[in-house]
Amino acid sequence: MKNYYQLVFSMLFGMGVLLILSSSSAIAQGNMVSGTIKDAESGEAIPGVNVIVKGTSNGAVTDIDGNYSLQVEENTVLVISYVGFETQEINVGSRTTVDVSLGYDVSQLGEVVVIGYGEVDRGDVTGSVVAIDSDDFNKGAISTPQELLMGKVAGVVVTAPTGQPGGNSTIRIRGGSSLRASNDPLIVVDGVPLTNKTIDGFANPLATVNPNDIETFTVLKDASATAIYGSRASNGVIIITTKKGKSGQDMKVSYNGNISVGVPIDYTDVYSGDEFRQVVADHTIDPSITTALLGSDNTDWQKKVYRNAISTDHNVSVTGAIDAMPYRASVGYTNQNGMLEDSKMERTTLSLGLSPSLLNGDLIFDVNIKGMLTDNNFSNDGAIGASTSFDPTQSVYDESSPYGGYFTWVNEVDGTPNFIATDNPVAMINQKNNTSQVLRSIGNVNTSYRLPFLPELKAVVNLGYDYYKSEGTDNTDSLAAFSHRSPQTNVKTYDVLGKNELLDAYLNYSKEITSIDSKIDVTAGYSWQHFYEEKENANRPWLADDTGEYIGSDTTIDKTESYLVSFFGRVNYTFKGRYLVTGTLRRDGSSKFSESNRWGLFPSVAVAWQVGEESFLKTVNALNELKVRAGYGVTGQQDITDNDYPAIAGYNGSTSTSLYGFGGQLYTQWKPLAYDPNIKWEETTTINAGIDFSILENRISGSFDYYKRTTDDLLNEIPVPVGTNFANRVVTNVGSLENQGYEISLNGYVISNEDMSWQIGANFSKNENKITKLTAFDDPNYIGYEAGEIDGGSNNRVQINSVGYPTNTFYLYKQVYNEDGMPIEGLYVDKTGEGGQVDGNDLNRYYLGNPAPDFMIGLSSRFAYKNFDFSFAGRLSVGNDVYNNIASSKGLYANLYNQSGYLSNISTFVEESQFFNAQYKSDFYIEDGSFFRMDNISAGYNFPKVFSDKISARVSFTVQNAFIITNYSGLDPEINDALAPGIDKNVYPRPRTYVLGVNFNF
Amino acid sequence: MKNIKYIYIALTAIILTSCVNDLDVSPIDPDSNNASTVFSTEEGTKGALAKIYSSFAYNGQGDGAEEIQGLREDFGNFLRQYFLLQECTTEEAIVAWDDQTIKNFHYHTWQPNDVFNDAVYSRLFFSVALANEFLRNVGNAAVSDEDKVLFAAEARFLRAFAYSIGVDFYGNIPIIDENSSLSDLPVQSTRAEVFSYVETELTEIESLLAAPQTNEYGRVDRTAAWMLLGKLYLNAEVFIGEDRYSDALTYTNQVIGSGYALDPVYENVFKADNNNSPEIIFPLVFNGVHSQSHGTTFIVQSSSGGGLDVANVRGVGGSGWGGFRAVKELPEKFGLTEGDFSLANPLANIADSRALFYFNSNDAWEWSVENVGTFTEGVGVYKYSNLNSDGSQAEYYNPDFVSIDFPVFRLADAYLMYAEIFLRGGGGDANTARGYINDLRQRAYGDASGNITNADLTLDFILEERGREFYWEAQRRTDLIRFGKYSSGSYVWEWKGNSQTGTGFDDYRALFPIPAAQITANPNLLQNDGYTN
Repeated sequence: MKNYYQLVFSMLFGMGVLLILSSSSAIAQGNMVSGTIKDAESGEAIPGVNVIVKGTSNGAVTDIDGNYSLQVEENTVLVISYVGFETQEINVGSRTTVDVSLGYDVSQLGEVVVIGYGEVDRGDVTGSVVAIDSDDFNKGAISTPQELLMGKVAGVVVTAPTGQPGGNSTIRIRGGSSLRASNDPLIVVDGVPLTNKTIDGFANPLATVNPNDIETFTVLKDASATAIYGSRASNGVIIITTKKGKSGQDMKVSYNGNISVGVPIDYTDVYSGDEFRQVVADHTIDPSITTALLGSDNTDWQKKVYRNAISTDHNVSVTGAIDAMPYRASVGYTNQNGMLEDSKMERTTLSLGLSPSLLNGDLIFDVNIKGMLTDNNFSNDGAIGASTSFDPTQSVYDESSPYGGYFTWVNEVDGTPNFIATDNPVAMINQKNNTSQVLRSIGNVNTSYRLPFLPELKAVVNLGYDYYKSEGTDNTDSLAAFSHRSPQTNVKTYDVLGKNELLDAYLNYSKEITSIDSKIDVTAGYSWQHFYEEKENANRPWLADDTGEYIGSDTTIDKTESYLVSFFGRVNYTFKGRYLVTGTLRRDGSSKFSESNRWGLFPSVAVAWQVGEESFLKTVNALNELKVRAGYGVTGQQDITDNDYPAIAGYNGSTSTSLYGFGGQLYTQWKPLAYDPNIKWEETTTINAGIDFSILENRISGSFDYYKRTTDDLLNEIPVPVGTNFANRVVTNVGSLENQGYEISLNGYVISNEDMSWQIGANFSKNENKITKLTAFDDPNYIGYEAGEIDGGSNNRVQINSVGYPTNTFYLYKQVYNEDGMPIEGLYVDKTGEGGQVDGNDLNRYYLGNPAPDFMIGLSSRFAYKNFDFSFAGRLSVGNDVYNNIASSKGLYANLYNQSGYLSNISTFVEESQFFNAQYKSDFYIEDGSFFRMDNISAGYNFPKVFSDKISARVSFTVQNAFIITNYSGLDPEINDALAPGIDKNVYPRPRTYVLGVNFNF
Repeated sequence: MKNIKYIYIALTAIILTSCVNDLDVSPIDPDSNNASTVFSTEEGTKGALAKIYSSFAYNGQGDGAEEIQGLREDFGNFLRQYFLLQECTTEEAIVAWDDQTIKNFHYHTWQPNDVFNDAVYSRLFFSVALANEFLRNVGNAAVSDEDKVLFAAEARFLRAFAYSIGVDFYGNIPIIDENSSLSDLPVQSTRAEVFSYVETELTEIESLLAAPQTNEYGRVDRTAAWMLLGKLYLNAEVFIGEDRYSDALTYTNQVIGSGYALDPVYENVFKADNNNSPEIIFPLVFNGVHSQSHGTTFIVQSSSGGGLDVANVRGVGGSGWGGFRAVKELPEKFGLTEGDFSLANPLANIADSRALFYFNSNDAWEWSVENVGTFTEGVGVYKYSNLNSDGSQAEYYNPDFVSIDFPVFRLADAYLMYAEIFLRGGGGDANTARGYINDLRQRAYGDASGNITNADLTLDFILEERGREFYWEAQRRTDLIRFGKYSSGSYVWEWKGNSQTGTGFDDYRALFPIPAAQITANPNLLQNDGYTN
């Protein structure tokens, strides 16, 4: 493939040289007109402005002093245009000097919407597309791009990240279209689609992009907009555009920084040392044994592992233009500490954007390079769960302990650590060093060339890359009690190298055909992507034995790759400026599938009608815009398994811990691997209908969308007839799933005048999800397959995927209560009437709610008075059910004492249930998790002049995760777990963060 | 100038066509292999054969990947779930754990969607698929022609072994051989057809297998095939409603005459160095360091706890997982009562050395199981130990994993089979039968004090004696069914039929259900009688 890059580069270079030669040979005739083009605001000359004779390709470009001169005939109309400024048309008349002042085109940014492989005027959008720019982003100490978008777009659910520094948060656009495959949207950063693969040692791959560098998010929600991305677009597409320099702009330096402190909001309710001594005496079977194990201390283990976390963030950017080359460069440094002791992320980002235009603006390069270096310290989040379980009567340290001086539960017989006992949470953090260093760079060179002999035609070549390297170590102190069993994994290292490359090439033809009052815009192209990853994992003990061998050491190397080759096209047709039609077609080929299933075709069509532009409405002054849209499209999903070769048969060899002995000799076992030669993409068909409107001088605007998405050939891990393949379940294309819903967005300016403005934005989303088919053959008795694994026992699952129900519907026994309303332990509603132990019979389970909200509302508001401003953003989620797994696995008296000889603290929730033994499958633990979360409240003050006219500043104060209103009994009902949605386990709690921000502009 | 257009178009065309070929990929991983690379060496070929054996013993490849999907890796271990289904459905074992439906086996309330039952069924057919794959490739293997024949016969034995369990557990199942392909939807056979398939296979390979005691340890010889045939015929009345006891006797006699001998010490058959035991005909091989799997490890760890001196009695580190124990009806077969245990003597100490029970009155142990979820109700079993016969530490010692080989077939079984066949009218004579039983009892008692007379020889006695000799060896359910006691209301134990005092349950549960998932996946399958879906 390397060759292709060279080819393309040399091709472009050659093209450039030829064109430079040809352009100088233009023949001059008529009168000479000359002049200077200036910036209307600053009065400074603008170099590189296009001055073209209307209707021809004859023209000139201003020089470094803003001067131009060209030969024209009398009464010629000059078109003077420059990126970022309003285009002017001026009749020369008989003048020989024409000076022009250009004003900034304030509306331009908002008026053009980036779509796949191109952009389109906002008014010409036919699909459900929402662009959010930096003014609308969430405020505060934000280290990951996802947080900017939280609650801002109807139909886009961004879960608040956990408290882990740089932690991930899931994005779901209009619910999930898949069961088994990824439900993450495709994210395209400056034209480079990112892989959804998780990178070892890097919790949130999107954190590569510094949120301060982001200009806009464009969310493509429906298939008519996303189908151009074909096989990866089923879950929507988010296009991230980074900030760029602007032509003619003076150099501007800007500093943005903040200092923040994250504090724990609440702790899990467990017993204090004194209370615990009483509970153990009252609620264990044989207190003579259990009370003997009690210590005399009062240790609040949660307070031992959590801290107030102070973080800082600094960003400097330089923006400007050198001649015809706008640039932007930025450096960001984030030092984010987590609430869990030791957890930390230190990140440096660099970004450079250059957009030189040559040849009178016919040849435009857009170069973006982003680099990131992150040092993570993951601490040991096992301590989160341990801190709520560890016996509060024990002290942290025990001088006599051979395990680093930490109190440890040991086996009475030999003093070795009791490995099923809870580990000392403080030791877990201090005796483990789990760090990683990640280097990642994403970049692209986008070359756009407008053919001089056919200016309607533009050729675009985009070359991009996404390289990452992650090196991690996970070391355990040799004295640590929890390393005692497996010293061979005390020193663990991993090393990941990823190389993804991209080539897009497309032609765009755009022409206004005035004779038939039509505008046509055609794009056709080709895209090639290569994904490569290699990993090395190694483990060994700290010390070698006498022969120099590390007993039990192991190193594995994995390499994998895949290719995606695509052809795509799009036609936009506009008639009379009011009737719009868009059609797209993409043909994708993926190396993941066998030759016969490799190619997929993904069409879409959409129409829109600018009703507001019709003569019968044009006279209605209150109505500024009214547009009706409808679209249909088919998209695919090829992110199916971690295996890039699911259709190819292979064997694997066993590891050194699974060798079989014949005659005393050990043999590596060779196992044929399961495969599915027929595997292919999922296909999602979407219909979407919507209205956009704007009234009262654009003071109130909004949109409404209805959609229905049907996924067929749904990839699912389903049971296969055993005996022919080498697995009992195989991921294959079977089943169907439906999502339907509607969204409303409203945005209003309550007040808008020179001194004061008040803006309110709200969005409402409702999505209903239903499984319509799950198996290859209809089987009325098939109840579905269980999902949603909980903590406690092994493989216990509390949810089910069944036909006719939403995904991950809770599926449990109905608790029976006594007269006082207390649950009766082990007693459930006998649905089948067969008697006996009701929970001994699976058929007694009920379908009970699901973790998806009935509806969600995002709310934000911004108020400004002169230099002061105040804003907030929050989210309301209604009807999301939560399974309180902390209560079900820790609120049990049986947990107090383990027969192997140790005590555990328990959740005080036990007082609500009085359960002795675990009752995991009781619906008692299902709660309504509806909540309103105030994501951020911010106040700021702008200083237009600091020290001198050239310096402006801003100071702001923000509270993130300010408060949450909920009836949920656990810590936080917003669950960020793609595999076990709605199940509240031990998660890194979200802090409340107070942020002081400063901003200087020079 | 115009040329540039054509150059552009030409270059574009080149790029487009070449890149499409990029879609033809093959794995680039340095460890990736396929059938032709594996069978190109003797070691690889034996490794593929080892995989079929280990499918009955290990969790998987040691990489943590679930070999049986839907359950945690270690839960997909065949021996572990075979033990669960054969023992927890009887008086020999009960489990306190809360893992999904695990308690339902002792309650006899399992349903067709039960995950453990699914795991056993899936694992049996996984083994069948492995054997078939091996048979398709062994012809091209880089081994001698003799080994090709021998290896193929062993693969067929293991497939027949899987089907023999299939006949016992599920009855009507598809027969899938090496001529099947991935796209086939298997067709269900009747229990009689499956029985006949196993019988034919075993008689065909009998002469192809290694002569008795001539194969490497860990691989089967003819004696294993005879033993399996003997057991198949012994149970023929249950399986196909036919009296085949005289056939059973023929093969049982062949087993007894094949040179295997009783281990002088009963306990040593279940120790870490039991690979030296002369009694074991077909072992599943374990190694504490190199097979970190949950076969015999599970049996040891899950029954260690509650104050037991784990290190000195079981030979493993830590304090055990606890959770599995017997209900009181098992120790009572030895005449044991709660009073036989004391604080000073928590280990049973009676003349019959096979009574390897533990009861700790200090640790709140209750003789009777009132609450199934309480670890210390019932009676502990410490039959298997990871110590060597001389009490020393196991060669491949690992505090968490044991090196005890699991005796699938051992000679003592043939002795008791002989006596049973005689009593069921299959031939033989009373004195020989009594002699075989007394051989076992003399080993157990250390002298003749426990010997029986011909008058004691009854079928009821055989069932009790099989309980005493083979408890926790994954035989009990099959035995109880053959003796008509499994679902009977007149032979009960605690929590039988989901009742604390024990009650009968529906006879149809003598067969486990075909897993619901399989019926969904394959419309050719019909559910066993009695199950509702």
